[in-house]
Amino acid sequence: MAQPKPQTVFAPWTDPDAKPLIRFRNVTKRFGDFTAIDDLTLDIYEKEFFALLGPSGCGKTTMMRMLAGFESITEGTIELAGQDIAPVPPNKRAVNMMFQSYALFPHLSVWDNIAFGLRREGMEKDRMNTRVEEMLRLTRLERFAKRKPHQISGGQRQRVALARSLAKAPKLLLLDEPLGALDAKLRQDTQFELMDIQEKTGTTFVIVTHDQEEAMTVASRVAVMDEGRLMQVDTPAEIYEQPATTYVADFIGDVNLMKGNADPKEGFVLLDWAPNQPQIKAETSKNFAAGQELHYAIRPEKIAITAEKPAEAPNALQGKVLDIAYLGNISTYHVELPGGQIVKAQTANTRRLANRGFTWEDEVWLSWTATAGVLLES
Amino acid sequence: MRRFALIAIPYAWLLALFLVPFLIVLKISLSDITLAIPPYEPTLDLSAGWEGLKTFFSGLDFENFTFLTTDDLYWKAYLSSLRIGAISTLITLCVGYPIAYGMAQSAPEWRPTLLMLVILPFWTSFLIRVYSWMGILSTEGVLNQFLLWTGLISEPLTILNTPTAVYIGIVYTYLPFMILPIYSALEKLDISLLEAAEDLGCSRLKAFWLVTIPLSRPGIIAGCFLVFIPAIGEFVIPSLLGGSRTLMIGKVLWEEFFNNRDWPVASAVAIILLLILIVPIILFQRNEQKQREAEG
Repeated sequence: MAQPKPQTVFAPWTDPDAKPLIRFRNVTKRFGDFTAIDDLTLDIYEKEFFALLGPSGCGKTTMMRMLAGFESITEGTIELAGQDIAPVPPNKRAVNMMFQSYALFPHLSVWDNIAFGLRREGMEKDRMNTRVEEMLRLTRLERFAKRKPHQISGGQRQRVALARSLAKAPKLLLLDEPLGALDAKLRQDTQFELMDIQEKTGTTFVIVTHDQEEAMTVASRVAVMDEGRLMQVDTPAEIYEQPATTYVADFIGDVNLMKGNADPKEGFVLLDWAPNQPQIKAETSKNFAAGQELHYAIRPEKIAITAEKPAEAPNALQGKVLDIAYLGNISTYHVELPGGQIVKAQTANTRRLANRGFTWEDEVWLSWTATAGVLLES
Repeated sequence: MRRFALIAIPYAWLLALFLVPFLIVLKISLSDITLAIPPYEPTLDLSAGWEGLKTFFSGLDFENFTFLTTDDLYWKAYLSSLRIGAISTLITLCVGYPIAYGMAQSAPEWRPTLLMLVILPFWTSFLIRVYSWMGILSTEGVLNQFLLWTGLISEPLTILNTPTAVYIGIVYTYLPFMILPIYSALEKLDISLLEAAEDLGCSRLKAFWLVTIPLSRPGIIAGCFLVFIPAIGEFVIPSLLGGSRTLMIGKVLWEEFFNNRDWPVASAVAIILLLILIVPIILFQRNEQKQREAEG
């Protein structure tokens, strides 16, 4: 299949002249004594697919509800297209929300659910019909237009909810755990569908999720949140490869964290991390003080596992296979070092299981390059 | 077999306590009045065998039903009952809906207490409660004394022995039957539906009208029937609070039975009343059925 030439990279956040669609400025939200959002500043740009990711209770849903207008702002301002939205009631905002429970009106048909917002606008009949038909086509629901919500499946309901919230062509669409109720397979398909629809409509999407895989798949940028604060806002690749803190490194994907003291050299750092273990060599552009306590984060799939000591590997450790987690496509090896530390290494199962090179209790070598991991300040 | 036994219980109940009494009343309504015990004839004499059965059936006729059409008292009483039933149902709805709504909106820990308060009047005898309304509404009653004391009125109001008193009595008595089904419908209402409606451009009031009202409709319908059906046949409230000016079929029935001792005509009145009530009862059943289907 012929591919069109690569488009210019979509990254308005790197452009200092770009006007953000949404600006959170020092926003704080308190519920009584509890601070749900703590002095948060964030810009979201037009046409972004922005994911708010975090464990439950981190404030991500509160942020979304503040955008929709269901929660007031305790301190700070939120601007939408340059306007402070605090005084605008939810029914007057150019923002629509797709609810976690879908919140479809059970007494209305699929068609009427989608037309609900258009009717409130007082849209004339012909235009409304065209718009609803368009939404039905977009979400592939034409055949179910006359059904009531309880007569269709969960995946179809999810699509009705999406169609209903997109029908008014909002500037901003909020999605609250939109795929939470779907099973794994359907969720994956729907993720791609969502991205497709986002691209087709050009609407700015803000999605709330606790599923990091989902956030990584769909989003142009991900904000990792914890306890009402932003831990890191970046593209999925940056967040995965260059986590800013140990919290982010640990929250996204699987990681080995090694704590040690820095021994800075020219262009790289040697880390004393365990007695009787070789220092870890990590290239870095950052400056660290000698003896500074650091965390070294390395993803399991960046670690190679071999029977013989590899020649010329900047980092190589010997250990014994303690456990093997077989996931079909990949296997994760838990390797115990002589000091008792456990390092996880991952390999793709390119060969069949019977031909697997290592088994429990095998002596193996773990090795990785100097650029494979990142150094994080404690 | 077990399933059959389980179904048999309610059917036996219906047969013994509804169908059999109904057939007895139907039979009396087709009989003629006479000075005897019981005060009607013919009575079934099974010892006479086949002949007895034949004379029994030949003695039955529709005379009493024809009689009901000759005196305009009866159809006026039916119409007046329907009107009073309909108006008081409407008032009960207007009073009951806000109460049920308030209960459903209240904090969850308050709800059992509020429910208790709605049911509390049932702990006192119905008759005593109606009598106490006489004490409240009479010319020298609590209400008039209070209003005179506040200076709102200079003459005591005549409420007792008017249709107003009957409306007050019916609304008061049947209010819990309106509140409970509406409350149970509103309690199930998902708040996010109202948020979704607001999100899609409704004001609060519009969201109430387009979401809350339609979704509580089954409760409204159930409540209305639960008030309307017994209100039509109501006898105690009009006779104690309504005085001689309020015409209701329940009262007419009582007078035929006990004052005139005309059991056959009274039975005919009862049969017609039942036929009138069957229509709303069937509609009510249909509503319940539809509701179950929608939930299932």
